[in-house]
Amino acid sequence: MPTYIAKRLLAAIPVILGLSIIVFLVMKLIPGDPAQALLGSYATPDNVARINRALGLDRSWPEQYFIWIANLLQGDFGRSYVLNRPVLDEVIERFGATLILAGAALVLCSVLGILAGIVSAVRQFGWTDRIVTFFVLIGISMPAFFLGLVFILFFAVQWRLLPASGMYAVYGGGDLPDLLRHLVLPASTLAIVATGVVARLTRAAMLEVLRQDFIRTARAKGLSENTVIYRHAFRAALVSVIPVLGIQAGFVLGGAVYIETVFQWPGLGQMLVKAVSTRDILLVQGGVLIATSVYVLVNLLADVAQAMLDPRLKA
Amino acid sequence: MSESPVTAPSPARKRRGNMQLLMANRLAAAGLFIFGFIVVVALLAPVLPIPNPDLTDQPNRLLPPLSQGHLLGTDHLGRDILSRLIWGTQVSLLVGISATALAALFGSLIGLVAGYARGATDSVLMRLVDMLMAFPYILLAIAIVAALGPGLLNALYAIALVNIPFFARNIRGVTVSIRNREFVDAARLSGKSHAAILFTEVLPNVLPVIVITMSTTVGWMILETAGLSFLGLGAQPPTSDLGSMLGQARAQLFTAPHASIIPGIMIFVLVMSINLLGDGIRDVLDPRLRSGALDRPMAVTRIERKTKPAPTLADAPALVVDGLSAGFDNGGGVTPAVRNISFRLGKGECLGLIGESGSGKSVTALSLMGLVASPPGVITAGGVYIEGQEVLSLREQELIGLRGARVAYVFQDPLTTLHPLFAVGEQIAEAILAHQKMGKTAAHARAVELMESVGIRDAASRASAYPHELSGGQRQRIGIAMALANEPDIIIADEPTTALDVTVQARILELLDALRRERGLALLLITHDFGVVAQVCDRVAVMRHGEIVEQGDTQDILRDPQHDYTKRLIACVPELGEGHGFLDRVRPLFKEAGA
Repeated sequence: MPTYIAKRLLAAIPVILGLSIIVFLVMKLIPGDPAQALLGSYATPDNVARINRALGLDRSWPEQYFIWIANLLQGDFGRSYVLNRPVLDEVIERFGATLILAGAALVLCSVLGILAGIVSAVRQFGWTDRIVTFFVLIGISMPAFFLGLVFILFFAVQWRLLPASGMYAVYGGGDLPDLLRHLVLPASTLAIVATGVVARLTRAAMLEVLRQDFIRTARAKGLSENTVIYRHAFRAALVSVIPVLGIQAGFVLGGAVYIETVFQWPGLGQMLVKAVSTRDILLVQGGVLIATSVYVLVNLLADVAQAMLDPRLKA
Repeated sequence: MSESPVTAPSPARKRRGNMQLLMANRLAAAGLFIFGFIVVVALLAPVLPIPNPDLTDQPNRLLPPLSQGHLLGTDHLGRDILSRLIWGTQVSLLVGISATALAALFGSLIGLVAGYARGATDSVLMRLVDMLMAFPYILLAIAIVAALGPGLLNALYAIALVNIPFFARNIRGVTVSIRNREFVDAARLSGKSHAAILFTEVLPNVLPVIVITMSTTVGWMILETAGLSFLGLGAQPPTSDLGSMLGQARAQLFTAPHASIIPGIMIFVLVMSINLLGDGIRDVLDPRLRSGALDRPMAVTRIERKTKPAPTLADAPALVVDGLSAGFDNGGGVTPAVRNISFRLGKGECLGLIGESGSGKSVTALSLMGLVASPPGVITAGGVYIEGQEVLSLREQELIGLRGARVAYVFQDPLTTLHPLFAVGEQIAEAILAHQKMGKTAAHARAVELMESVGIRDAASRASAYPHELSGGQRQRIGIAMALANEPDIIIADEPTTALDVTVQARILELLDALRRERGLALLLITHDFGVVAQVCDRVAVMRHGEIVEQGDTQDILRDPQHDYTKRLIACVPELGEGHGFLDRVRPLFKEAGA
């Protein structure tokens, strides 16, 4: 197993390098001269040349890329000129909040989606299956940002059950129960939208497994139906559900952008949206790169979990 | 085995057109209807009697729905929401569909070229696609919009770009499978250029996949462009789509919720209608993706007998099957599979059940313990007596108590019949624990003993092996050890040696035979091979077309088969060194049968 993990880690390095190249190239799409944009009305030819030299923009693209990467590796993601602080500090601070939100949503959507998928497969074409299928359809068609607004309207405004925005109460908050109260609405909004896909694919995986010969063997052994479904069938289905959960990690990380905007959650997504409208390119670059690297690592974890579940994959 | 051997082939069903098939799917039809309605209204926006969507009217701002002259009310600038909704839908549709078309165009091109060229081109292109997929989707779109600047067109490009990988991957997969087909080879030999082959031979065959991928992603793309607009990164005033309507109205969420809710519902209904339609299109174009009702796996075989047999049978041997008929649930009714099967089997005895594939042997074997699951089995008549007790009348829980305890099964292909993710020792121990109260360690020790008793060397260490780490013969020994776990009275072996090498076959048969003699087991051996029957069975029942056509002592039947079909089956056992003489000998036997 350790060699397998080491192998997967090594394989992730070129992927992350490739991602950094794409992010670098995307930033080269910026129309116009960055120095000009930075200087605004102070953009005399002299100043522009000086800034270009200072930022290394007078060098070739490959040179610029390697300088950029070398700086990244030393933890230097540049400075956000809007916030006037190092990009890395801001990103790390924001990313914590996003991880709480996305993590809670991922756990919720995995549990709900897997349960719904199993029940739906076991009662295929029955009423439970139809109800689950119906909710799956709503889930995958519902805009997360709209669902969030509806939740705010009902749970926060109409019934005054839960706070509508922020991560902590402004006065007297700050402890764990306070955080959880603030987390309920945004996390469930994000989870509901993500549950549909998990349920749909779990159902398909379970149906596939339930018609396998080894399920018949399990029944022929005289195991109870619950053992057959939850131990034998689900264990085998989980092997194909785990990569889906890895993909959903990306979905909740991305979806967090909407949810954080709707619920004023002080996370990376909200930061990115602001940074895009203020054209704070370095901040966008750093935020996207770090979030994406985390996503790559989550998928790596999913691969390892899959190999731990399925001895055939370890070889 | 899933086909019914007794019913005449059903009259050829009339092939229905794609459109008819789509309409037969009620949900897809509803999706098409709603989507069509939305598209028509959006297209008619310029001629509909609605106010100018950009006409502001400050005194009449935030009017509720059903106000005079404003059916859906007005927004924060006093603009008519209905009018803005219709125009906004037009923009959202246009952007979503354009993004889909762009993604489909470039993604399909990449997929076609990569799949057709293979080699280095393929790896470079697909690595690039993988890189794009390694981003959490919306984040890459945001990075692109950040670089290009907020705007509807830039949002469209970003969404199209992040969706290219879906098309590239799907289309490459199909192209790879098509490029080596005969008609492509023929085109190549006829001197067509690669480009010509790609567009005239490959593309038409890939088109359904492109359509499926489009129909299943377009809803998502509309959702995402609306999302970017909602965040203020897409449509910029004065242009507005559904997303930006929602984004602007959000500031008045508490005072005028209708201004947010109406565009939100519109996005939802639009995307849902597209998803319904998309699923329908996928089902029509790719029937393999649809799980048909016939495949429905059921936990147990249903029992629907008109007359209940006697609950007990006086002085019966270990197993009595009396007039058993069973079939498959085909959705509307029951397709019969076996009819009026009767046989008896005593302790220490071996009965061979022989017939060609599709004759109903396995259905019979599985029906005894209600194990015909997929397609769902139905027992329509007859009874099964274990030690004189009718078991099909038992409650589910009691029947489960018998399975593996009194009646155990050994199945055909041990690679697929053992659970791939559990160690074999664990699987045997599990069978023990299902029926006996003992500790886990004790059960494991017993499992190792059982493995030794079926001739597995070094059993203690092999117990922790997974099925794929064992040879075919070892796996079948595990299957037998598992069957023996609770010292059953009856073992039903369903083609236990068919998947094995000939030499291994002989040893497995010897093992089963020895176990039967040592332990006084009643052995029901299902096979299609008279050689196997001759080797181990005391008696044999010959099945054909779901019925037993002949039954008796093995020696008698081998010496003097009564039924024509039995004669042919016996003749089909080749002798060593017979060579082509075998075919000459067998051919005339099958002439009249037309087989």
